[in-house]
Amino acid sequence: MTVNMTKGQAISLEKNDGTGLTAVRMGLGWQAAPRRGLFGSRTREIDLDASAVLFADKQPVDVVFFRHLVSDDGSVRHTGDNLVGGVGQGGDDEAILVDLARVPVHIDQIVFTVNSFTGQTFQEVQNAFCRLVDETNGQELARYTLAGGGQYTAQIMAKVHRTGSGWTLTALGTPTNGRTFQDLMPAILPHL
Amino acid sequence: MAAELVRGQNHPLSQMRLEIRVAAGKPVVAAATLGDERGRIHGVEWVAHPGTPTLPGLEVSKQAAADHRLAVDLGAMPEAVHRVSVLLALPLGAGGPTRFGAVAAPFVAVTGLDGTEVASYTITGLDAESAVVALELYRRQGAWKVRAVGQGYAGGLAELLTDQGLPQAAHLAGGINEAVARGLARSVATPPPRTTDGDRTRQTATPGIGPDASGPTTPGASGAVAPQPSTSPYGAQGAVAPPSGYPADPAAAQPAAPATGGPIDYSHPRRGTGAPPSPAPTAPPAPPGQAAQPVAGDATGWSMEERLYNQVWGMFEDLARTMAAYRSAVDFADSRMEKELDQALSDPRSRIGGQGDAAREAAQAKHAQLVDQARAALDRDLAQLAAESEVVEPALPLAFAGWDNPVWHGYRVPMEIPMALRLGDLHLPESPDLRIPMLVRLPLERGLWIDSGGGESLDGSFADSHELRRLALDTAVAHAARLLAVYPVGEFAVHVIDPAGSAAQALVPLVHTGVLAAPPAVGAAGVADVLARLTQRVDLVQMAVRGGAADSLPPGLDTAEQLLIVNDFPHGFDDRAVTQLRYLADEGPAVGVHLMMVADREDAAGYGPLLDPLWRSLMRLTPLPDDHLADPWVGHAWTYEPSLVPPGSQVLQRVLTEVATARTKYR
Repeated sequence: MTVNMTKGQAISLEKNDGTGLTAVRMGLGWQAAPRRGLFGSRTREIDLDASAVLFADKQPVDVVFFRHLVSDDGSVRHTGDNLVGGVGQGGDDEAILVDLARVPVHIDQIVFTVNSFTGQTFQEVQNAFCRLVDETNGQELARYTLAGGGQYTAQIMAKVHRTGSGWTLTALGTPTNGRTFQDLMPAILPHL
Repeated sequence: MAAELVRGQNHPLSQMRLEIRVAAGKPVVAAATLGDERGRIHGVEWVAHPGTPTLPGLEVSKQAAADHRLAVDLGAMPEAVHRVSVLLALPLGAGGPTRFGAVAAPFVAVTGLDGTEVASYTITGLDAESAVVALELYRRQGAWKVRAVGQGYAGGLAELLTDQGLPQAAHLAGGINEAVARGLARSVATPPPRTTDGDRTRQTATPGIGPDASGPTTPGASGAVAPQPSTSPYGAQGAVAPPSGYPADPAAAQPAAPATGGPIDYSHPRRGTGAPPSPAPTAPPAPPGQAAQPVAGDATGWSMEERLYNQVWGMFEDLARTMAAYRSAVDFADSRMEKELDQALSDPRSRIGGQGDAAREAAQAKHAQLVDQARAALDRDLAQLAAESEVVEPALPLAFAGWDNPVWHGYRVPMEIPMALRLGDLHLPESPDLRIPMLVRLPLERGLWIDSGGGESLDGSFADSHELRRLALDTAVAHAARLLAVYPVGEFAVHVIDPAGSAAQALVPLVHTGVLAAPPAVGAAGVADVLARLTQRVDLVQMAVRGGAADSLPPGLDTAEQLLIVNDFPHGFDDRAVTQLRYLADEGPAVGVHLMMVADREDAAGYGPLLDPLWRSLMRLTPLPDDHLADPWVGHAWTYEPSLVPPGSQVLQRVLTEVATARTKYR
């Protein structure tokens, strides 16, 4: 059962039978919004990049993005850069796999961000979403659709964080500006 | 070349079948009217609008949309029609904007059926108008042209249609608005147009169009499309590709520099992420504490050899990563405790009573708890890897197996070149018992440098130095013997340069079994002779390869791979010989000539930085355990220990004898 999340909403990543999820995939999809003057040969590609930042007590420890596709500890893996988006309705353009059971013990939060590498704002992006999928069975757990990106070049999408013995997903949906995750750090910190 | 029209400008149309694309940012109504020679509309049947979307040669959308595609076939127009006006209007009563001044300037384009743009026009300068004649296509002396019009009407469609001479203008305008309202109501009931619209493929420029306005929709074509692997250089940059087929050598100051040239697959054979994994469900991992029983060859590959190779590399990566997790957690625990202790010390209250002690104890307890957790996770992984290692090691083929592996006792000269060779073991200080075989691909991609120098770590006494040189030679002999043993008969030849004869003792196993191509070369003349022959060989093969005439090599040329062992460098080397050696190091590997230097870099210090590139191009190995090798994922410093024959074992002798015997049979 997919939960359509709203900004700020949190869901627990425990299964109905009480066991925690072991592996999840954070999928990101988007399309370029139609723009005038873009017929024929003109490009309408938008390069959004998904990143995941691993935090230990608000200290960034590792980051997974297109230049570092696997966290050093191997628990978070980026499936590779997509430079154009628009793979299909509901399909993931970029995905980050998180093996929750293998996340190092001191990592307590993983923040997922999206930024526009080519500098287009989210006004030129449509149908952008992030979704969390149970990687063990392909089932979609939660979907969060970006509403009204506006004049921003980045979004802090969501975070998974430890709660008790398990993990919780919280939709953040905060627009900000930046070309890569480094630029987003000041905007991420308040959400930790 | 598409023409960008300004208001009033016209442009010839060479095609009869056209599409008119509209992008407005907000939903607009698109309609078209037909006019006669004088521009008059003969009746409501000459207006294509959402209520009556289809006329001969003309079709418009049934509903308001931000994007439209109007199909026009000028060839199908009645003779009486001399003008087609394309109209845009804001839908009334829908709660949206009521004047074009409040929305972005609409954009219209005339395109061919293949999407090639013929002319476009951005309708600027509108304000209170709620309807506008965007374009007109008109017949002039038998040919059709398009003109940018941009005439707006504050009175909306009714005023526009009246202006075009339609008597029932007000009535028709009301009908259009009603049809649009119906269409809007319908579109709310159905899912948003995007979800039923198969128009996600990227060749379409205006995806916001309603489903009934243009070409066939393909629901179901969407949603299941897998992400495309990135093929751009930018994507490749991001791909996980260990920089080299084996650990880089930070001591040689090029920790991440890929080797140059050659058809080398730098990607990790098992862990490559060139293509995203399919979203297909994967088997659930074994529950914690009940790790699946490890099996040798549990990896991908076309053969058992390749599967084992990939499995070993998988274990290498797993150990690197789990250790990274552990070290990161411990570092964090350390820095957190330090911070908390500092706080406890700087807090004036802590000076009273036992509060400071309590804070200190609390910080230390937190530290211990986190470290314990991290250690537990590490131990869990180490136990699993150790179990895997226990089943993998005995299953390894000759070239991957340690000298103590029983597989060497039944040695027979192989028929095929193995994909890799074990040069030693790697381990990390936290888990000294877990040894990862260090496998390098064959043919060798880099030369080897067995470092007989003491470096700074040892005490540098003369006895140690002497001992090191002997150990380095033993290591070199063990590696050379292994290379000879794993290549088929006649496909690997070993030459030795030992200018002062100081390696004679260590070389006995190679010399006495007769597996060397020639006796070790001594003296300056010997050095020059061997170098000259190998240099000539490299030249010949290079010329043949570059000239595309590999079969034109001299018939007598030995096609085997060549290994040159150089002891005591630079003893016996003149400038010319040094130059030739550097040439062999640079050009040799690509044409099957490999270098194995047994040397102390200090001995050649007289050459200054001239030889730095030589040392850097070689893979440094040590005769004693040394932590100078880095893994390609995390960059830990791994302790390397060479594969040596167990003391007292005759295995080397037996294997080399077998190699020599096979050679005589072969001949």
